[in-house]
Amino acid sequence: MSEENQRKLVLPGEEIISSLDYLPGKNCFREGNSIYSKKLGTSYTSNRVVSVIPLSGVYLPKEGDMVIGEISDIQSNGWVVNINSVHDAYLPLSGVRGFIDTRKTDLSRVYALGDMIYAKISNLIGGDSIHLSMQDSRARKFTSGRVVNISPAKVPRLIGKEGSMIKLVKDKTGSRISVGQNGVIWFEGGDEERSIELFKLIEEEAHTNGLTDKISGMFKEEKK
Amino acid sequence: MTLKREGNRKPNECRPIVMEVGVVPNSNGSAMVKFGKTTAIAAVYGPRSVYPKWKQRSDRALLNCIYSMLPFSTGERCRPGPSRRSTEISQVITCALAPAIFLEDYPKSVIDVYINIIEANAGTRTTAINAASLALSDAGIAMKDLVAAVAGGVIDGTYVVDLEGKEEDASKCDIPLAYMPRNKQVTLLQMDGDLTPKEASEVIKLNIKTCEQICEKQKQALRKKWEK
Amino acid sequence: MNGFKNQFLLNLASKNTRLDNRGPEDFRKIEIEKGVIENAEGSSRVKVGKTDIIVGVKLDVGSPFADRPDEGVLMTGAELSPLAHPEFETGPPRAEAIELARVVDRGIRESGALDIKKLCIKKGEKVWMVFVDIQIINQDGNMIDTAMLAAVEALWDARIPKYDPKTELVEYGKRTKDKLPMKHKPVAVTFAKLGESIFVDPNTDEEAAMDTRLTVTTKDDGNLCALQKGGFGTFSVEEINKAFEISAKLGKQIRKKF
Repeated sequence: MSEENQRKLVLPGEEIISSLDYLPGKNCFREGNSIYSKKLGTSYTSNRVVSVIPLSGVYLPKEGDMVIGEISDIQSNGWVVNINSVHDAYLPLSGVRGFIDTRKTDLSRVYALGDMIYAKISNLIGGDSIHLSMQDSRARKFTSGRVVNISPAKVPRLIGKEGSMIKLVKDKTGSRISVGQNGVIWFEGGDEERSIELFKLIEEEAHTNGLTDKISGMFKEEKK
Repeated sequence: MTLKREGNRKPNECRPIVMEVGVVPNSNGSAMVKFGKTTAIAAVYGPRSVYPKWKQRSDRALLNCIYSMLPFSTGERCRPGPSRRSTEISQVITCALAPAIFLEDYPKSVIDVYINIIEANAGTRTTAINAASLALSDAGIAMKDLVAAVAGGVIDGTYVVDLEGKEEDASKCDIPLAYMPRNKQVTLLQMDGDLTPKEASEVIKLNIKTCEQICEKQKQALRKKWEK
Repeated sequence: MNGFKNQFLLNLASKNTRLDNRGPEDFRKIEIEKGVIENAEGSSRVKVGKTDIIVGVKLDVGSPFADRPDEGVLMTGAELSPLAHPEFETGPPRAEAIELARVVDRGIRESGALDIKKLCIKKGEKVWMVFVDIQIINQDGNMIDTAMLAAVEALWDARIPKYDPKTELVEYGKRTKDKLPMKHKPVAVTFAKLGESIFVDPNTDEEAAMDTRLTVTTKDDGNLCALQKGGFGTFSVEEINKAFEISAKLGKQIRKKF
């Protein structure tokens, strides 16, 4: 359907469609016969669901998201992790692979203050209880490499449809990259400067068309 | 006899308006709005955690708008820091913006909106609301509509809109009003003065018409930032 | 805390019914007492339902504002003392108290109810300063309208004490026959919006359940002199115009009774 490719810039309170045949999806609401956008963003329609991808905003956690966070406190049964969201997240002992005997092990030896981890949001209760888990195969602690922040709203564009954009970036730079849904990106190796350049470019031009082609065409002169 | 306004403005005309979105990079969203000389900068931080924690609400976000006039913004220097006047204005601004925000989408958090008046020539609270509304949109906060505001009055029997400094003294009244155009709802209404209910209704009518125009400018300003 | 009760009130409101069976334009019982504080130059105690407010007016002689050398000075303050309600706290006035004081102040000042030009003793040097202090004794909703009534009555009750320009001393304690230059009585009427219904004079339960409020202050001649919208809800233009009408009507009724 051609409408799935139509990205329209919409403002808060702006009517996207006037029809009872569609459902309001993410960041949209229905009033009367019309569906309106809640946020400043790009609207798209898929399977009769109208949604809006916001152009900005603080990261709002979702269960299943992979995020990159920093250990900000160590408690008796887990760690408090800053994930750049409204509230801090919590990594309980049960979220860590393997058994930890707290009588014998100092928790700071597992994850110390300031450590960066790639974790999955396993549980969300009541808006401020965000539990993390390291059980996912992708989860790990970063011991080297660099970290950069982009607006969380731009992460979907950075990853691309089925990972196409992030794969393109990895091909162009040779870096190992882990992307957190919360806008934190870890990367290491390859052309790190080029990686940063691309992250920033995607962040700035996420809402424009033809970005994939533009990046595909970049750095081509160097390929000999 | 037609009323003579500064810059040959018509009674239903606002001062020259400038709107710019995204002026405070550190914030989650921001905007600067000028109506003539009156200039407001609004910055939004949030949603973020509430401190102290017991103040938070489990069902929705808190909205905290703080209006302050900078000491050099007025002819005679005004003392820095909050005053009784700025406290009241902060309150009415909060009440003017809250109806437009989906506060229930952000339980246990606070949305802080800081508005500084860097130059004042009347209409500071309405300029502040115009800027804050843009800043909230820029911050990606879920809203039901934009909020536009303007203050109107009556000078020598003529209904005028967007009173500037000297006009405030000449006017029979000062009516600041904020409006959500989509559902035609008034979110701020105050009045100082002495007029018949019919006159008040007329001022309100003119204010509303002007707010609709101001809202179009707000939309342009938001689009301008993102449409290259 | 009040979720359940609020919902109940909103349900009633949707049928245009109030918990205490008042009509939408009915005030609670109003009781006005004047001259309740001997040491004050003027005073009044007003009860609207169970809301109970005392206003004391004190006068002193001082310098006028530099830009208004021939005008007296009116200063209005409000104190939401913790004795009046379990949720009031000690400390400097917070936003609620400041708004209350400023709304009452505007109702009096903007309407010209107190002729401050007649409070000049010596231009540029000495004027009468009128301090209106609003004390809440019991808060059961609608402090604004109650405080306005009390402040206005206290000002009408006030007598200007004797002032000796040579010694620059005010003779407190002796009540003269000099009234303050009062021209009329502004009356505030606050409307509470619960769902789609609008009720006058909300009590605390209604205040907890309401979305928003609009205070319309009128003068004897039916003119509006002050407006204040508060709360997180909205009003349509039709609702506002209707409020103007009702406020003028109720203002007349209330003035007649007192």
